[in-house]
Parts: sequence; structure tokens; C-alpha cells
Amino acid sequence: MIPSSFDYVAVDSADAAIGALTEHGDEAKLMAGGHSLIPLMKFRLANPTVVIDIGRVNDLSYIRDAGDHVAIGALTRHMAVETSDLLKADVPLLAHCASQVGDPSVRHRGTIGGSLAHADAASDLPAALLALGGSVMVKGPNGEREVKADDLFVGFLENSLADDEMITEVRVPKATGAGWSYQKFNRRAQDWAIVGVAAVLNGSAGVSLVNMASTPLRAAGVEEALASGASHADAAQRAADGGSPPEDLNGDAEYRTHLAKVLVQRALTEAESRKS
Amino acid sequence: MTAVMGTPRIRKEDPKLLTGEGKYVDDIQVAGQLWMGMVRSPFAHAKVNGIETDEAKSMPGVHAVYTGGELMDMGLWVAPLPCAWPVTPDMVNPEHYPVGTGEVHHVGEIVAVVLADTRYQATDAVEKVEVDYEELPAVGSIQAAMADTATAHSDHDTNKAFTWALEPNPDALNDAFANAAHTVTGEFVQQRLIPSAMEPRGVLAVPSPAGGEVTLYSATQVPHILKVMMAATTGISEAKIRVIAPAVGGGFGAKLNINPDESLALTLANKLGRPVRWTETRTEAAFSTHQGRAQQQKIEVAADGDGKILGVRVHLDADMGAYMMLITPGVPLLGSFLYTGVYEVPAFGFTCDGWFTNLTPTDAYRGAGRPEASYAIERAMDMLAAKVGVTPEEIRRRNYLAGGEAFENLEVASTLVFDSGNYSPNLDMALDMAKLSDLRAEQQRRRDAGESKQLGIGMCTYVEICGLAPSRALAGLAYGAGGWEAGTVRMLPTGKVEVVTGSTPHGQGHETSWSMIVADKLGVDPDDVEVLHSDTAISPLGLDTYGSRSLAVGGVAISMACDKVIDKARLIAAHQLEANPDDLEFEFGRFGVKGSPDKGLLIQEVAYGAFTAHNLPDGMEPNINEQMVFDPPNFAFPFGTHIAVVEVDESTGETTLIDYIAVDDCGNQVNPLIVEGQVHGGIVQGVAQALYEGAVYDEDGQCKNPSFLDYLVPSPTEVPSIQTEFTYTPSTSNPLGVKGVGEAGTIGSAAAVINGICDALSHHGISDIEMPASPMRVWKAIQDAKAGN
Repeated sequence: MIPSSFDYVAVDSADAAIGALTEHGDEAKLMAGGHSLIPLMKFRLANPTVVIDIGRVNDLSYIRDAGDHVAIGALTRHMAVETSDLLKADVPLLAHCASQVGDPSVRHRGTIGGSLAHADAASDLPAALLALGGSVMVKGPNGEREVKADDLFVGFLENSLADDEMITEVRVPKATGAGWSYQKFNRRAQDWAIVGVAAVLNGSAGVSLVNMASTPLRAAGVEEALASGASHADAAQRAADGGSPPEDLNGDAEYRTHLAKVLVQRALTEAESRKS
Repeated sequence: MTAVMGTPRIRKEDPKLLTGEGKYVDDIQVAGQLWMGMVRSPFAHAKVNGIETDEAKSMPGVHAVYTGGELMDMGLWVAPLPCAWPVTPDMVNPEHYPVGTGEVHHVGEIVAVVLADTRYQATDAVEKVEVDYEELPAVGSIQAAMADTATAHSDHDTNKAFTWALEPNPDALNDAFANAAHTVTGEFVQQRLIPSAMEPRGVLAVPSPAGGEVTLYSATQVPHILKVMMAATTGISEAKIRVIAPAVGGGFGAKLNINPDESLALTLANKLGRPVRWTETRTEAAFSTHQGRAQQQKIEVAADGDGKILGVRVHLDADMGAYMMLITPGVPLLGSFLYTGVYEVPAFGFTCDGWFTNLTPTDAYRGAGRPEASYAIERAMDMLAAKVGVTPEEIRRRNYLAGGEAFENLEVASTLVFDSGNYSPNLDMALDMAKLSDLRAEQQRRRDAGESKQLGIGMCTYVEICGLAPSRALAGLAYGAGGWEAGTVRMLPTGKVEVVTGSTPHGQGHETSWSMIVADKLGVDPDDVEVLHSDTAISPLGLDTYGSRSLAVGGVAISMACDKVIDKARLIAAHQLEANPDDLEFEFGRFGVKGSPDKGLLIQEVAYGAFTAHNLPDGMEPNINEQMVFDPPNFAFPFGTHIAVVEVDESTGETTLIDYIAVDDCGNQVNPLIVEGQVHGGIVQGVAQALYEGAVYDEDGQCKNPSFLDYLVPSPTEVPSIQTEFTYTPSTSNPLGVKGVGEAGTIGSAAAVINGICDALSHHGISDIEMPASPMRVWKAIQDAKAGN
């Protein structure tokens, strides 16, 4: 890659990262696995003057049983999430979604915190977090706060963190025995979804959409319909409610809207069949 | 020693390539090198009013910045970049120098060049060059070109570049259509494809510190042709230019050209006395390397009541892009002869109009004209089958050349003489492997059940032309080169064999195959054979690798050179054995005296004896080295049957290939393992066109999918399991009986896949789907059909 020139800072703790962010302000970018940032820098679409490498903050790489939820360090690689026995048992949707990210080399480098912070509407993990009703812990110079998934994604590739904050932990409620499904429709295995649907049936329904708006999106219409007792088929008809599907060569708005309905129906059917 | 030819053998090249030890152009670093950075037009058509380079020149590490005008003033070139295939005497061929001046004609055309110490510095400086463009109306599609409201070149009155016709008997053709019981018309789009070799193009020009020679390392398929063309366009003597193609990571035709960057590196290195290099980025590659296909086809087939073909009429509109590159205008012509396919066609006519657009130039891409031709006739055959009310396999059987029986040297309607063919057994084998009747039953079951996933069976029986020859026939097509190839075989004093080939491999495995040919001929171990290639100083004579020609021309040349080596060795052996040469038999590497089993000499012993020259016949030169230049008497015509079994999910429009059967016939085979690999790769490239790839441009000539994010090259996970089998019908065009196989898979697969999709959706009345058959496109076609549109 031939990026613009930049300064490189490697840090070994979250505090050091926040210190560097405070020092360099919005000219700096955090780099975890680098699989979102580096492609943008390669095309010179992102030209940070300082790259703060948090890839060595090893104490933020963990998956822990925290009682009612599972706590995952922000620097945990997708491969670790994908293969975690704890997640496979208690939050299988998240483990499965991690297995659908990119290809194996991406999954060995990319991190859950990096993917969520990137806030890409076409990514798998933001949708999973929305459907699961999870949250992230965010740290800044003034301490730590919890941000719900619903409040995390605010615009196209834009999260609600301040310039001097970083995600340190991801929290997902346990959904042991819940029905779940992730429907990812794409052309090639390593691609982003043209449209994706994550669903959790755990008493109430959590349903979210990939690539149906400029941000990761909760399928509010579907959830509402299911809450009021609608059939899966009827609920699926409301798949695109509140969406503003992007248009590209893979799909125009009409096609994406149709796909969302088909995939929501498939997701609900599969999730239902997995309930225990 | 048993026969080596025809047995599967692991490639000698692979350990090095697979462990990252292959040395590509970008791996070669030389002291004092300067990196070129190209300032490229962001507009498809614009006037360049001025270029400001001062800021770029002051950037760190920048050695020089040259505008197009300054480069032209430096007198680097004596002629523009060449088009070697002026298909008609009046073909329009706009002047095409390595840099644009005054007016630029496609996105990516170079307007200025930066030379800097590092690649990063060159790229940074390119961003600081200010170009004052005045945008001109762009011709962004072939439709726009044909409308002729704007011209791609401001000084042209029309976008039409040429009209070429092959109409052996127009009256007979008109009669055929007048008397037809059935006619079908297919109008097909061959979308533009962006070639995507694993290794991008790159170049490094190194001037010699003494002597004035320049060595040009290039990721090219054609070092020999490049050398001649560099000499012809720069005025530097061929004797002073050495071209080396080191490890080359695939070409598919896209490295078969004479490119602006190669000429810039060579001339600037020569001028400045410093090495100059450049490697394209993937983003650059989508604009700076030629593209493939880009044709609109209209094919009409006339048939009698039984579906027997009476005539085929074809018209093509072919998008040249902005300029004529090396063989741009000839690509559609390569297909012209194949629009009659494997069928008995009493009357045939073909016309082609070439058009300029403000898009990247087109040129050869795996198959070059033949996949397009095969697609059109094979799609049309399915349409004819539907019209006549017979199965796709039956319509083909009714029309096969020679009634589907074996034939040799048969003249067909397009005026060519097919070397050999035997089509029915080939089709039968494919149908058996596919278990056709089971598939049709399953298809009916799903249809009756109204299932979401419908089944389709698509077939294609293709023929292709390869090994373009003889040279005399190429003259008739106005092709600017010959069809010969050179091979040299040298028996070395230690008993090893040195082979020099003029065919330039870039992934095909020539070293392995040529070693096998030599091992078989000379009775030596294949591992004792070293094959030298791809360096014009080592292999001065050659015409390189393209058009599936290497084995059928270059491999045969090696075999014939071996015959000459044996002939010469026989004289030495006879002398040393004190026998009559006619009394020697050569078998398994040993000359033995007939009737005296103990008396004999190994060819290695003869080689050593030739080296010492202690005991040679009078007048015999002291070596057994021979060269052969082979100019075949005719093309070779491989053929085969491909069957694609597709599942189309009507609820999403997604197509999945659930089985793929390929029965190919490339005559005799040298290494079946390599043949199978070529078939696999070729099929994937055709499937890619059918389902995935296609460059999309807006009306301003801007490519909307220049990166791998949106330009969908399928990966291994999208590739179906492929069942391969072969029939063996030897060619009559060469003594080995071999045909080419490098492009066959591509030529057979796109039509098979689209025929399969149309078969799956025929109950909706859908008879065509444009390529690539993306899920959205298929889904919309189904919705339109259901709505009765």
C-alpha cells in the first residue's frame, strides 16, 4: 500500500492510547487489527497524521463469564470469538457472526472492538450486537461509561464516541437456549453482506439489519409486529421499515427491500427451529 | 524408461512459486533506481490546457517531473505505440503515444510522469501536479459511440473505426433465410471485463553502465514481441534491447501488449542513464491495463423444419476503447470464424463494426473473440431447440459436422479447414457423466412442486481455434506477425539437456511439459532437462505465449528439434560403433546396433563424445545441438462439451452451480495434470463472466467498480466442484497430434452457465439473461416475466 505519510505510535495500555488520543486529537486514528483503517489509508480516503496502534494492548483480549452477560475485551480477535466455547454455548449468534467476517486472515487480525467502532452498516458484528441488545464500555480521560448498542451507531461510519474515547469492552447478555439466526446474503464468501439479518428469539424478539441504511439498523417494524403477535410472514413484510437502503451495483433499493423481507422470514424460521 | 508423455506429472515450477521464491519484476531491486509515478487523467475526455509541476518538483526525493509535452519534445519516440493488426486498409488508427498531450481520451491516460527515489515520494508528488483540464463530451458506451452525437476523438467525424466482413456467399445466405422454416435471433451483450492476474503489471528498465544496452524487465507474456516493438517505436536497435520476463504471475492476454509504461521506463532509463521502474496498483490496473470482451452481438440462425441449420448471419459491434492497442481490432475477427460452431452450416455471413469510445482500450483476454463467438452460437442453438421443440442435445446432434462422426481436414462454412473432430462421442460422455435423465426428472419434480429453488441444465458444445498459423495465412488477415515458434535442444557434455524455447510461460508450466517432451524423445530423465525461456538474450528467437499456441507450435518445435538431435547423434554413434547409421535403432535413449544387442551407446555418451570431439566423423561439428522453427500448416481446433447444472433461487435470484461437467478434447496430451488445471482455471474465468464480473461505466466514462470491492472476481469458495473427462482426437496440424487447452474452459463455460439459468427459468417464458447474471438481474427478470412484461 502507498498511503500518505503518517506518524506511528504503539501503546501497551488503554490509558496510554487515550493519552495519545488526547494529545493528537482528531488527527489521530486508533488501529486495532487494521482491517478497516488500512484499506481506507491505502486508497488515501483516510489520511490520519498519527496512527495509534493498540494491537498490543493484550489485557483487552479476553472472553469472560460475567454472570448475566459475557464480557469480551475490545481487542479480542474475531477468530477467538468464533471459536469460544463460552460464546458458542451462551451467545451462539455472536460466535457465528464472527465466523462470517471476511476471510480467515481477516478474522485472525480484526478485533470486535475495532469492527464495532468502525460502525459499518455492512458489517456483521454491529447487527449482532443490536439484535442481542448488547452494549460497549467506553473509556476516556474522564473515566468509563456504558453505551448501549442502540446508541452507538450514529451515522455513516460514525460512532457516538468522543475523539479521545475508545471502546474497551463489549457486553452481550447471555441468550442460552434462545432461538437465533444470521442470514447473510452476499456474492462471495469474503464479501460484506448485500443484505443481512440477525435475529434472536428469547421471549422477546431482537431483529437487526445489515446494509439497509447508512448505519447498522434495528428492524423496529419487525420487532413491533412480532411483539403484537404477528406471524413471521407478516412481520417479515415490515423488514425494511425505517430503512434507507443504499444503492449500488449489487442491489438497488427495491431489490434490497425485497431481500430484507425474504431474509427476515428465513431468519425467524431458523431461529424458531433453534429454540430450546 | 517408460513413456513420459501422457502421464500426470507434478510441475517442476511449483516448489519455487508456492514457497514465495519466485522472482517477479517487483522483487528485483537495483541500486540507483527511480520510481515512476503517473499523473493520469481523471476524465474520460478532456483538453489539457496546462500542467503546473513546480510544487511537485520541490517535493522530497523527486528527481524530475515531465509533462506529456516535455516528454514529446525530448524525442524519445520515433513512432507511436503499435497496432499490429490493421484489419482493413482504411481502419482509423488514432495516434497513440505513451503520454497524452493536448487531448486525453480515457480515464487513466498518462499526462505527466514523476521520477522519485521511492514509490511513496513519487505517489505524493503525483498528487501535487496541477493539471488544467477542460472536460469534453465523453463517449461512455458503445451505444453512445454508435449514436455518434459526440466523438471520442475531437478530430474524428465518426466513432466508427472500421467495418470488416466475412461473407463467402451472400446470395446463398439470403436464400437460406428466405427458405427457412424456423429462424431465431439472439442479441447478446459481452460485457467489458477487467483482467485480474494475480501479479499486477510492472516494469524495470536498467541501462548498462557500459555499452549502451538497456535491459527491460517486464511482467509480460511477450518479451520477444515487446523487444521488436520497443525497437521500432524508440529507434533504439534491437541489438541494444534485452527484454526479460521473470516469474510472471498470470496474464490472460492482459500482458500481451505494448504499454505506455513499458515504453516510458525504457526510454527514460536510456535517456537518464538510471534504472527506472513502476508497478501498477490495483486501482491503476483498472485503467492502465487493457480490458476484454466489450461487444454487442446479433446472431440469426435459419433452419429447416427439422432444425437443420440452413444459415447463420452475425453482426458485431465491438468497442475498441479509446485507442488501437497491439491487436485490439483483430480480437473480434479471431471469433469470426467460430460463429458456425461445431455445426454443418451451409451458408454463413459475418460483419463487424469497430467503434471508439472514451474507455480503456480493449484487447485480448483469455479466449479473445472465441468465447464471444461460442457464446452466441451456443445460446442461439438453445433458442433454436426451443423453437423446433427438441432438446438442446438433440438440436446439436442434428447439426454436428460430419454427422457427429470422426473427421479430418474438413472445410467449414467460415472457410477454415478443421483439423479433426469427433463430436457425438464427446457429447455422449458428458451427458452420461451428468446423469441427464435424472436431472431432468428432478427438474420436473421441483417445477411441479413449485419449489423456490429451480434446477437448470445448460450445455455448450464448443470448438476453438488455437495455434494461429501458418504465417502465410496470417498475412491474409493483415496480422502483423508470423505464427511460427522456435525451439533449441542442446545435449550438454555431462548428459544434461538444455532446452531453449521461444514460448514464454507465465504460469502454464512450460518447463515441465517441455521436459516431458524431451524426456520421451531422447530417453532422458525429465529432471535432467533444463528449460530456458523468457529472456531475449538467452532465447533470441520466439513469438511467445498467447492464443493457446505454446504446445501446438512451441512444444512441437522442441519435439522436432529433438528429432534433429537424434539424427545428428546417430551419425556420431554410427561412426563410433563402426556401424551403418541405418543399422542403428534408437530406443530409450540408446543407439543399439540391430542384431548386436550388446553394442550400443547412450545418447549421453554420444553427447560427451561430441564435446571431446576425439572421434567424430569427418566434417561433423563437435556438438549435438539443434534448433527448429516450426510454422504449422494449419490451426488446431480443440472442442468439447460442457454441462452446467445450476440451481436458481427464485426468491432471491441467486444462482448456484451445483455441478459442472467438462469433457474436453485437446488431441494428444503431454501432461494430463496440467491439462486439467487449465480446464479448471478456464472454466472459472468463464463462470466469472457469466455470473460475477463486468466493468460498469457511467455516461461520462467513469468506471463505477474499479476495485475488487465491487468488481467481483470469484474466489475458490464460489467455484463449483468440476468433473473433468477427456476424449482424444489427434490434430492433423502437427506431428504430436496436440491442440491447445489454455482457453478452452473459458470458451465453453459462459454459454453453458447462461443456458442453464435460462433452462431453469424457461417455465416463466424467460429465454435470455444478460451477463453477469447477478441475483438482482435474475430476480428482476423473474418479476418482469410474472408481471407479463
